[in-house]
This record gives sequence, structure tokens and C-alpha cells, in this order.
Amino acid sequence: MSYSDATIWGIIGCLAIGTFLIRFSFLGLIGDRPMPPIVLRLLRFTPVAVLPGMVAPLVLWPAATGGEPDPVRLIAAFAALAAGFWTRNVVWGIVGGATALYAGLGLTALL
Amino acid sequence: MTVSTAKAPARNAYLAGMRDGWPYIFMVVPFSILFGVVAIDAGLSLAQTIGFTVLVIAGAAQFAALQLMVENAAVPLVLLAALAVNLRMAMYSASLVPYLGAAPLWQRALVAYLNFDQTYMASVTRYEDRPEMSVQQRFLYFMGVATPIAPVWYAMTLVGAYAGAAIPDAWALDFVLPITFLAMVAPMLKSLAHVAAAVVSIAVALSLHWLPSGAGLLVAAFCAMSTGAVVETLMERRQ
Repeated sequence: MSYSDATIWGIIGCLAIGTFLIRFSFLGLIGDRPMPPIVLRLLRFTPVAVLPGMVAPLVLWPAATGGEPDPVRLIAAFAALAAGFWTRNVVWGIVGGATALYAGLGLTALL
Repeated sequence: MTVSTAKAPARNAYLAGMRDGWPYIFMVVPFSILFGVVAIDAGLSLAQTIGFTVLVIAGAAQFAALQLMVENAAVPLVLLAALAVNLRMAMYSASLVPYLGAAPLWQRALVAYLNFDQTYMASVTRYEDRPEMSVQQRFLYFMGVATPIAPVWYAMTLVGAYAGAAIPDAWALDFVLPITFLAMVAPMLKSLAHVAAAVVSIAVALSLHWLPSGAGLLVAAFCAMSTGAVVETLMERRQ
């Protein structure tokens, strides 16, 4: 990294302000004015629209294996999804995924 | 006991938020330690590392910025990439408007600062399940969720910065993030419309993966939200 200290602080400051403005945008400016029903309907899908797309490349092409698909990570991802789906509970989903991940990594190390 | 009835629901909302917030510590701890480790490794000072975490408080964007800084990218590119990763939070912000729009400005500003994936997911789930919550209860619930998460996020970054390279790669900390996000999404797949939205999100994000980081995700999210809304409308007409 070849930036000066001032540049690094500048980057941090700009990101802090920019990120806050993004988060504040609608909530701060629109306030309690009513929003059109179609917008409300779209917004209800925000989490299921953002997170799967964010995770999919990380699952298929993990940086830790140089972007090569890794069976252990694929199985762990499926386990997290399945456990979270059946139990309807985030914690069990994490437990399921982590168990599969470390069991798989342990097995691979032994073989 | 009728003395504290007015205060009790508010306090209960805050406590309920804390109760729902603590499991996310499992996600935040490895992720924040990792950021501390990587930031020091990349050449940031201790103050810069902590400043980054406290001021920006957005894991994925912090990692994206750091990655480009290690590559000595031009400053505008670093800013653009990191902010693009954060653009999903504009959608979070918009989707909180129906629930928290009537809160005072200082409360909305505080929510905005603390509006990251975990606080948002937990809160929106609760608001949808309990339409009878007052705006004040919703605000307190949100603060309750953030209470265990934010301090741990700061503190563990510091631990990571000190622990440095002592953490072996074999721990596969990189995969904690995907697992946790999947565990968050799975319980939300409660209708055909939600499943359709998730599938479209994955398909579009993968096919646009070659775009600069964050850009493809924005397109994918918009396509997925439209899909969800359309499928839901069709299902309602069939009934």
C-alpha cells in the first residue's frame, strides 16, 4: 500500500460520510410521507433479493481456494440453508453450516 | 403491579431486540477479527483500523475497500467500489420508512448509522411479524438488536489487529460470512414469491459477476425484487 497517512484518513472519512448518507437516504428524507403500494411491495423482497446474490459467488468461487469450487464449502452452504429452512431459525442454520464446514475440513485433512 | 405499564412495553421491545441480536455475534466476531488482521497486514495503523471500523461500520464494504487499497487502486475507484457494495443499504433504508419514518430525526439518524445487515434483517422480520408495534417500540427494538453487536464489532477488530497473523488459514474464517448470510435467508423463504426472488437474485448476480464489485449485485437485487412482487401479485389473483 503506497498511500500517505492523510490519503488513508481521507478514504476512511469519505467512506464514513458516504455510507451514512446511503443509510440515511430514504429514512431521513422521506420520513413519514406515505409511499406508493407498489414500492412497498417491491421493498418487502429486499432481503431475499440482496443476500442470495451477494453470497452465491462466495459459495461457488471462494477466494480461499483461489476461486476454485470447493466441495466442502458447497456442502456447508447447503447445510446452512437446509438447517435454517427446516428450523426457521438463524442460529440453527449457522450451527448446521459450521458443523458441516468443520466436519468436512477435518475429514479432508485426515484423508 | 400497574405502576410501570406505560414503560414496560418499551423496555420489553428493547430487551427483545437484545435477545434477537446476540446470535449475530457469532457472525460478527470472526468477521471483525478478520478485518483487524487484514487491515494491519495491509499496512493501516492501529488508529486507522479502528477508525475505519467505528466510522464506516460496514463489514463487506470495508473488506472491498481494503482489497483495492492493497492493490493501490486510484482513490475514486476505492470509494466507488466500497460505496457500491453499500448501496443495498439504500434499499434497507427505504424499506424501513413504513416502520420508522414517523420517528424523530435524531432517532432516524441513529438507526441510519446502525443500519447494517444484521440489525436490518432482525428488525424487519420482527416488524412484519408484529404489525401492532408502535414506532417507539420499533426504534427501541432496533437499538436492542444493535446493543450486543456494535461494541463487539469494534472490540474484536482491536483484538484482530493485535492478534495479527496468529490465526491459521485452516480455520476457514472466510466462509463464516456466506454461512451466516444463508442461515439468515433460509427462514425468510416463506412463499413461492420469496423463493423466486432468491433464485433470480442468484442467477443474475452470477451472470453479472464480471462487472465491477457491487454493480452486478444491484442489478440482481432489482430484478429479484421485481420478480418477487410480480409472482406475489399473480398468486393473489389466482386465489
